[in-house]
Amino acid sequence: MKNLSSLSAIILFLFFSASSAEQTVRTERISGSAGDVLEDNPVGKLKVYVYELPSKYNKKLLQKDPRCLTHMFAAEIFMHRFLLSSPVRTRNPDEADWFYTPIYPTCDLTPTGLPLPFKSPRMMRSAIQLVSSNWPYWNRTEGADHFFVVPHDFGACFHYQEEKAIERGILPLLQRATLVQTFGQRNHVCLDEGSITIPPFAPPQKMQAHLIPPDIPRSIFVYFRGLFYDVNNDPEGGYYARGARAAVWENFKNNPLFDISTDHPTTYYEDMQRAIFCLCPLGWAPWSPRLVEAVVFGCIPVIIADDIVLPFADAIPWEEIGVFVAEKDVPELDTILTSIPTEVILRKQRLLANPSMKRAMLFPQPAQPGDAFHQILNGLARKLPHDKSIYLKAGEKALNWTAGPTGDLKPW
Amino acid sequence: MKLSALHQSYLNRRSNSFRSPTSVDSSVDGSGKSLIALFWLILHCLCCLISLLLGFRFSRLVFFFLFSTSSTTTNLYSAPFRPDLPVKHLDVHTLGRRLDPGAATNNFTVASTTKSSRVVVGRHGIRIRPWPHPNPVEVMKAHQIIERVQKEQKSVFGVKRSKMVIAVTPTYVRTFQALHLNGVMHSLMLVPYDLVWVIVEAGGATNETASIIAKSGIRTIHVGIDQRMPNTWEDRSKLEVFMRLQALRVVKEEKLDGVVMFADDSNMHSMEFFDEIQNVKWFGTVSVGILAHSGNAEEMVLSMDKRKEMEKEAEEESSLLPVQGPACNSTDQLVGWHIFNTLPYAGKSAVYIDDVAAVLPQKLEWSGFVLNSRLLWEEAENKPEWVKDFGSLNENEGLESPLSLLKDPSMVEPLGSCGRQVLLWWLRVEARADSKFPPGWIIDPPLEITVAAKRTPWPDVPPEPPTKKKDQMPLSQGDNTVVVIPKQQQHSTKIRKPKRRSKRNKHEPKLTDTTQVSSSSSKRQERN
Repeated sequence: MKNLSSLSAIILFLFFSASSAEQTVRTERISGSAGDVLEDNPVGKLKVYVYELPSKYNKKLLQKDPRCLTHMFAAEIFMHRFLLSSPVRTRNPDEADWFYTPIYPTCDLTPTGLPLPFKSPRMMRSAIQLVSSNWPYWNRTEGADHFFVVPHDFGACFHYQEEKAIERGILPLLQRATLVQTFGQRNHVCLDEGSITIPPFAPPQKMQAHLIPPDIPRSIFVYFRGLFYDVNNDPEGGYYARGARAAVWENFKNNPLFDISTDHPTTYYEDMQRAIFCLCPLGWAPWSPRLVEAVVFGCIPVIIADDIVLPFADAIPWEEIGVFVAEKDVPELDTILTSIPTEVILRKQRLLANPSMKRAMLFPQPAQPGDAFHQILNGLARKLPHDKSIYLKAGEKALNWTAGPTGDLKPW
Repeated sequence: MKLSALHQSYLNRRSNSFRSPTSVDSSVDGSGKSLIALFWLILHCLCCLISLLLGFRFSRLVFFFLFSTSSTTTNLYSAPFRPDLPVKHLDVHTLGRRLDPGAATNNFTVASTTKSSRVVVGRHGIRIRPWPHPNPVEVMKAHQIIERVQKEQKSVFGVKRSKMVIAVTPTYVRTFQALHLNGVMHSLMLVPYDLVWVIVEAGGATNETASIIAKSGIRTIHVGIDQRMPNTWEDRSKLEVFMRLQALRVVKEEKLDGVVMFADDSNMHSMEFFDEIQNVKWFGTVSVGILAHSGNAEEMVLSMDKRKEMEKEAEEESSLLPVQGPACNSTDQLVGWHIFNTLPYAGKSAVYIDDVAAVLPQKLEWSGFVLNSRLLWEEAENKPEWVKDFGSLNENEGLESPLSLLKDPSMVEPLGSCGRQVLLWWLRVEARADSKFPPGWIIDPPLEITVAAKRTPWPDVPPEPPTKKKDQMPLSQGDNTVVVIPKQQQHSTKIRKPKRRSKRNKHEPKLTDTTQVSSSSSKRQERN
């Protein structure tokens, strides 16, 4: 009797769960390691200790210029705020797996709102000196169990111009630390092996406010809004975006399927939701917030940046979601896009409709499960446990504190 | 200033990047050294001058082409300075980004990185294919992709199970019937859902109407009633109500299952209307735009002016298009109806069907309501209690609007985002009641003898000699077919007819109406 009732209960439960599953929108889960990883909960898997730095490294910078909260580098500020109130935070540094230094190196803005990276190396250096002299944990591993959020153009190379950034390389003091950055390009000096690539900050409320009903038919084939030539800094062309954006313009300006221009309309977000493909070409740096916007609005991203490393590449299977086009193939972009089988396109759209994907790209306030903050913590948790070799023996030194250009050695 | 800067930068570049020339320099002996130095100086001056003239670094281009190791295909093209492009920036930074001439070198001086990257920093060519225009085959493929994506969207997000649309149209044979009925017919032919068209005809089901609707290819139910359509708008709308109820009776008897909408034959429907009414559960209402003008151009201008005057006087915000439909409060609940304001037209509205005046709608037009056909059935499950039983309805009480079918009018569902979308337009345009027109609008056989019409606005001028006219057909002798010219043509409320005639009039100013009609008809015959 008992068995029968339990069996019938199980059957009823299965029936109800099956019927409720039918009614949900047809999205596809990326089964296997990738999809489930996005929904991992990092709480309990790691502990993070947040250093107490004087406010000149963080709060004062923000007070001086509150625009830091809305530009695309705002991830560093929101990460700090998230960690302060997160359950992974621990006040006991001895039990911490990771150490976070709350410093906002990208918060030194010009009047037009662009960050100047010239003082950032000195700021970073002074913060690290503070940390290493006040707490023993830095010297224990020379920073190997510390992580820093460096969302600037070329990450910890701290320069907006690629050649200069390559020349400088990653700040010597950060050689052993884990860098959480937006920049990612394979075989590039500014991308360290163990770095975690994150999406650039895009304002979640603004994007939510511009959502349109999903039954509005997608009628734009390819959509792009942005510069093709950077007249101020690269008047002759061919330098900006390695000539890829200019190639897009020259080849497809006459093509009605391509809705591309430099205008910035007020219906930008709505238009992306009416497009099937959204171009995400490189600019001065290979990453851009367009990728985040495309994923949130369900538009298939067409990534034109050779060797780029996309955010959370170990958790999100970008090849199945987006289309990758080599820079040299840009003149054939229309052939490439029209020759993708319809089934593949529909599958990509179903994968994009998966809400966990959209959540993973955003930095909402307050934090929600599955968002980018949690993906960063997941990434950090996946790197645990630390290898024993990171712990230096007494007297052993791995970092060269005097390396780098002499300008960096000046106190901040 | 510029020259010195260029000079400086050029020297800089030279010293930083070019090892080969300097090595050549050092290996040659004394006398040769000065010659080579002189040569480079001259070349340098030349390059500087050319750069000054052309406005960009000519030397860089030369060295790029001379020393570049990348594959030089004919597609490579280096864009010159473009002053026409906008300065606005959406992307990364501008400040201080002057290209350091020392560092910005050609491809072969790869940046000194420890890791060898496939991607190289520096100037790249802008690849343009030989014919940068859309390929029609690809455009077709792209459109097929778009269609498939939209179909998928519709199936996932749109209406799950589409209901059949039952269109009810009261009509009668008259001059403009073909015009109006064809309009509605083509709209209904475009509806993507299953459709049944119930046509109720006053004066009995005629072959004329049947021949028009047979061209549609949709399922039709043609019903005739014996009464003839009266001559006044008032009576006409009463009879139309009776006809619609007849149609609803047919729906009840045939047990048609779907959404009933009232497609009056002179109304105009948007395709979104049919999509929107799929959402109705029992009884819905939409906003109807009222085009109360008679269609006469002068009248329209007058009334527009009058309205502008009124607006200035009253200083109130009146929308340019009066709309009849549901009124909602801020929580999107139905609180009442917007009704057409008849005050501006008091005393000036048309009474008879052919009056040259504004035709006013009823308080609530039937075309603004849709209902689930199950409301009409005798036995239907889940039929709500706030609906009167259709079978026991007594028509003699006079049904003003479909709301009389309901006990509780507050249960009506407002559609079209609570009436904010105008999904159809109401219009009444008719010719004179006694106007004649050729059956099926085909004049066959062609007219032989014509009779002059007396009441034309054009002056009586003797006809011009026939040699001048190019398109005048000679009147052929033959049958004695007499054509009576419709007298109402000058009173016609359609703009098209007078215009056409006036255009022809330019060619043949002295001819009377009769010859015009005959020649036009014979022309038509010729074309046929």
